[in-house]
Amino acid sequence: MLKSRAFVRKTKRGNVIKVVKEHYLRDDIYCGIPGCPRCASQTTTITQTPPRTTKLVPTPHYVLPDTNVLYHQIDVMEHAAFVNVIILQTVLEELRHRSKPVYDRVRALIAEPARSFYVFSNEHSRETYIERQKDESPNDRNDRAIRTATRWYNEHLGGARKVVLITDDGDNRRKALGEGLPAFHVRQYVESLADYPELIDMVANVAEEDIDAESRYTYPEHLSKSQILAGLKSGAFHQGTLNISQHNYLEGSIFAKVNGEEMTVMILGREHLNRGVQGDIVAVQMLPKSEWKAAVSVVIDEEDVEKEDEEAKPTTAPDEVAAAESAMEVDSAPVEELKPTGRIVGIIKRNWRAYCGTIDKTSVREGQAGGMQPVFFWAMDRRIPKIRIRTRQAATLCGQRVVVAIDGWPKNARYPQGHYVRTLGAVGDAATETEVLLLEHDVPFAPFSPLVLSFLPVEGEKWEVDDEKHLHGREDFRGLDICSIDPPGCTDIDDALHARKLPNGNYEVGVHIADVSNFVKPENAMDLEAQRRGTTVYLVDKRIDMLPSLLGTNLCSLRSNVDRLAFSCIWEVTPDAKVKDVRYTKSVIRSKASLTYDAAQARLDDPNLDDPVTLGIKALNMLAKKLRAQRIERGALTLASPEIRFKMENDQQDPVDVEMKELKETNALVEEFMLLANIYVAKKIQSVFPESSMLRRHPRPPPSNFETLTKAVGELGLTLDPSTSKTLADSLDRCVLPEEPYINKLIRIMTTRCMMQAVYFCSGTVPEQEFWHYGLASEIYTHFTSPIRRYADLVVHRLLAAAIGYDKGYSSELTDKVKATEMCNVLNYRHRMAQQASRSSVELFTNRYFKGKVVEEEAYVIRVMKNGFSVLIPRYGIEGYVYASPTSSPSASPFTYDADTNRLVAPSATIQLFMKVTVAVTVEEAGQAAAQRSKLVVRLVKPFVEGLSGTPEEAAKKDGKAGVGSARLRAGADEREGKRAKRK
Amino acid sequence: MSRFDIVSPEGLRVDGRRPPELRRLSCRTGVFAQADGSAYIEQGNTKCLVAVYGPREPSKRLLTEKGPTINVEYNVASFSSGERKTKMRKDRRLMEIASVIKQTFEPIICYGQNVASRSEIDVNIQILQLDGGALHAAINATTLAMIDAGVPMRDFVCACSAGWYKDTALLDLNHLEESADVPTLTVGLLPKSGKVTLLSLESRLHLDKFQSVLELASQGCERMRDELDSTIRKATQELAKTAL
Repeated sequence: MLKSRAFVRKTKRGNVIKVVKEHYLRDDIYCGIPGCPRCASQTTTITQTPPRTTKLVPTPHYVLPDTNVLYHQIDVMEHAAFVNVIILQTVLEELRHRSKPVYDRVRALIAEPARSFYVFSNEHSRETYIERQKDESPNDRNDRAIRTATRWYNEHLGGARKVVLITDDGDNRRKALGEGLPAFHVRQYVESLADYPELIDMVANVAEEDIDAESRYTYPEHLSKSQILAGLKSGAFHQGTLNISQHNYLEGSIFAKVNGEEMTVMILGREHLNRGVQGDIVAVQMLPKSEWKAAVSVVIDEEDVEKEDEEAKPTTAPDEVAAAESAMEVDSAPVEELKPTGRIVGIIKRNWRAYCGTIDKTSVREGQAGGMQPVFFWAMDRRIPKIRIRTRQAATLCGQRVVVAIDGWPKNARYPQGHYVRTLGAVGDAATETEVLLLEHDVPFAPFSPLVLSFLPVEGEKWEVDDEKHLHGREDFRGLDICSIDPPGCTDIDDALHARKLPNGNYEVGVHIADVSNFVKPENAMDLEAQRRGTTVYLVDKRIDMLPSLLGTNLCSLRSNVDRLAFSCIWEVTPDAKVKDVRYTKSVIRSKASLTYDAAQARLDDPNLDDPVTLGIKALNMLAKKLRAQRIERGALTLASPEIRFKMENDQQDPVDVEMKELKETNALVEEFMLLANIYVAKKIQSVFPESSMLRRHPRPPPSNFETLTKAVGELGLTLDPSTSKTLADSLDRCVLPEEPYINKLIRIMTTRCMMQAVYFCSGTVPEQEFWHYGLASEIYTHFTSPIRRYADLVVHRLLAAAIGYDKGYSSELTDKVKATEMCNVLNYRHRMAQQASRSSVELFTNRYFKGKVVEEEAYVIRVMKNGFSVLIPRYGIEGYVYASPTSSPSASPFTYDADTNRLVAPSATIQLFMKVTVAVTVEEAGQAAAQRSKLVVRLVKPFVEGLSGTPEEAAKKDGKAGVGSARLRAGADEREGKRAKRK
Repeated sequence: MSRFDIVSPEGLRVDGRRPPELRRLSCRTGVFAQADGSAYIEQGNTKCLVAVYGPREPSKRLLTEKGPTINVEYNVASFSSGERKTKMRKDRRLMEIASVIKQTFEPIICYGQNVASRSEIDVNIQILQLDGGALHAAINATTLAMIDAGVPMRDFVCACSAGWYKDTALLDLNHLEESADVPTLTVGLLPKSGKVTLLSLESRLHLDKFQSVLELASQGCERMRDELDSTIRKATQELAKTAL
């Protein structure tokens, strides 16, 4: 424990501030190698796995990778073959600087004892610290530090064991070899590991040149970092996150501030996208106005285009693609519709991740078994271009879902280069596909770690309310007639209700929410895990819990006839449903009944029942109706989305039937009181923590969102007035066509899509007038009522507990604005991902449902574009795209697109918005044919159009593409607060 | 925001210390001939100079006052940190620290029947370089300067700070740690009696963790006392040599 020397280090940061730091060098930094005689007093060592010997290095040795190796080859390092690895502090610091995600992955490896990764703090060891020399770049200095540490190790271990430097940096390796240190290429070393032949596939090709010689495709050079910075500063370039269109892989956009005005800048075509990949932060240069383009009303699926590309003679392929691409570049739109357009000049930050997908069968060459060959990989995410990987196991990978990471995208390669990471399982297998969708949506789904579980109550299932221990500071509501109303089969009961008449004629209404914060204490491992998960994710066939199930479905769940801890919100309301008084308290309750919506409805409908629970429900229902009326009066919206539920047969992977979700009066009842609780709790926490409350807002959608819809509705002779939520709600009510009862629902569904996303935010970061929740027409809103399945609610519980003085020992995390904002961002992201994951899950099961079937069904046209139109099929709540032409060349289409009226006109029929058509739905399976993604195929049946429509039987037989399009599912469109609040 | 770990998983802090370690400390007394007592202390990169004038006749007649009056002037040099700040004279924050130091020393000074009971002591504190822990450096330096000036005191006043991060208490925080949201507790301790004369906490610390942080800070104070004690002894020996 000796601090030997102190000296200063100077760094510059931001606007040139000299930072003087102390840097202590120590004598107690040990090598971490077990049984080392010189480091006898060390306490933590590499676990006792004997170091490996290989052909390359016959002495038992440890591996010491440099920063670039960890950064580029993290997938290799994560492979079980790599054990006994020494990570230097220098390397870790550099890595953290370059990429936090990779750093986290390395940290996870270090934390795993079985892998024997050891961190040597070389920067603080007296014997390995080096100072930067004059004219030495920081990089060279770090390389030298790595070599110094390697030498120290090899001298320290005295020859019996060795430490081998792994580096792909030629210069560094030469210098190391010059100093007599063992140093190797990753590829060199991996090839010598005879036991792991698959490993070589995973090695990333970082700096391989001239990989794609045959295509001779050249992108414009990216600008250097300093050029980009200068351009951004001068206003010549604009920075933004690249977002590729779901419909068209060659259409991207960024949201950026151009000349002080926030706008969407389109980036069209391969050349202008210039190797930008979905999610990258890019620098964009605006094109002159003369080159601006209109938003393209076509759908281009890369897979379809490319398929033709490959089916055609490979040499002429670029022309074919060009033809297809020109489909979107036909520029017929009037001038005022032109959108600002730009081109990517440089990439500020790549945002690549590992992608799930499949190997393109057509790119696999037969008869090359065992040999290394380049193949193409299709990501599930259609916004990602196909990726070229080199593999020796091409044949076995076909028909499998694999994970692939991008390594780089040289300017002479048409497609990005990647490497194989791992195989998930066979395409089409339900478990594999579910794993894929969880991975694709970044949902953490690993089982809870023992550390997390160690924070569960020690009593386990036997935990019960102990009057002595738990009643302190809580009110005892066990005598009240409380009940819960939930969907059938619900096991995580967050909320329960009661109502009773007071002597003064008013009603006492209570909402009781599971007191999760009693079990999950801030900052312990269980809390951090819940925070990381953010929300419970509901898939069709399973649920990914946010909290361990002992809490979620038992100890916190407000089951009937057991004592449970709750957080209660008690109002006194007049018979006119005006709130007179409200209070919040922690409590102990004993629910008298766990009802399903149906059971509660039955009690409501039976006038003869007069037990206390039923009377309570009846009072609640009466009040809920009045509250709802008040809310509608304020301008709350009633929106709609086609939600469906699958009927599954027991123990079967495939659904047997699909039905629309039904909403009953009791759903609305529960929803109404949950909204009330959320609003009142939001007011309370905001009054006590004005700077750091977690609230939820729903911004007003900009009028431009409604332009297309109002125009289309106008053609039906109806009007839509989106100027305020109130006028919108009223005009929606008037949008009724007597002959088409579904139109109103359809318009509501489409209105939902014009809405903004509701988001969590920290109250100190947004001006108060923007707290507004548009959909609910409430000035303030938060989430309080589902702490078992949403982390935000748990935070709100803690805030409320502190606000009412129950929890006096709260620490700074409740008042820290910066942390609260960060947390909001994480929760918003998780929330969005969870929603998308459940949608994808529904999509997956819809595909399973349609497997081997051809179903003819009524549908409504909801979007018309140049090369086709979208339809919504109410029966299944799915949305599909019908291409207007049998092939991808626009000239073959029997339709002509009329931009003014937004119609597709053919001699025999006209397609326009809201039109009712009949379509045939079937599914084209992934792995079969050439399709990489399993997709729904929708074709037009009625009205009959020559050359496009066919009878379903023909359709089933006809293989290929005539008049078909891909369908995507939009079950459960955008968020609707109320209904979501009760989705289980 | 976290570009570094406050404590790395390997158990090292940003500057290479382990959690219960102090920074390098060096101190001297009698640095000013002009003042009655003076001291200079370096704790890591925090450097502090204190000059004590007095005890002397009070400038105003303060008959009601029991015990000596201490006037503390606390200044942070404009060149003390990376960002140069100019207006630091009438800073409320500085005045607050000055009054904290004043209150810390008032009960310690002995004033028997008439010795120094109605006297006045001026303490000038100048922070020359700032790298966290300015308050405790100032208090330690003031203790040395008071002793150097021959002000009768019951005991040393030793101060040290400690913080809490994740599951560990950290001793003697530097600027980086202080500014990275680590709750910082500064403790002033009388080592002989074990009494605490100063307790000041920046940002919130959970009550459950308070005990361990306080304990660590107290240990730091004890170690600080040994340092101060040896400094005084050395200085006195030097003095004895020159006097003889």
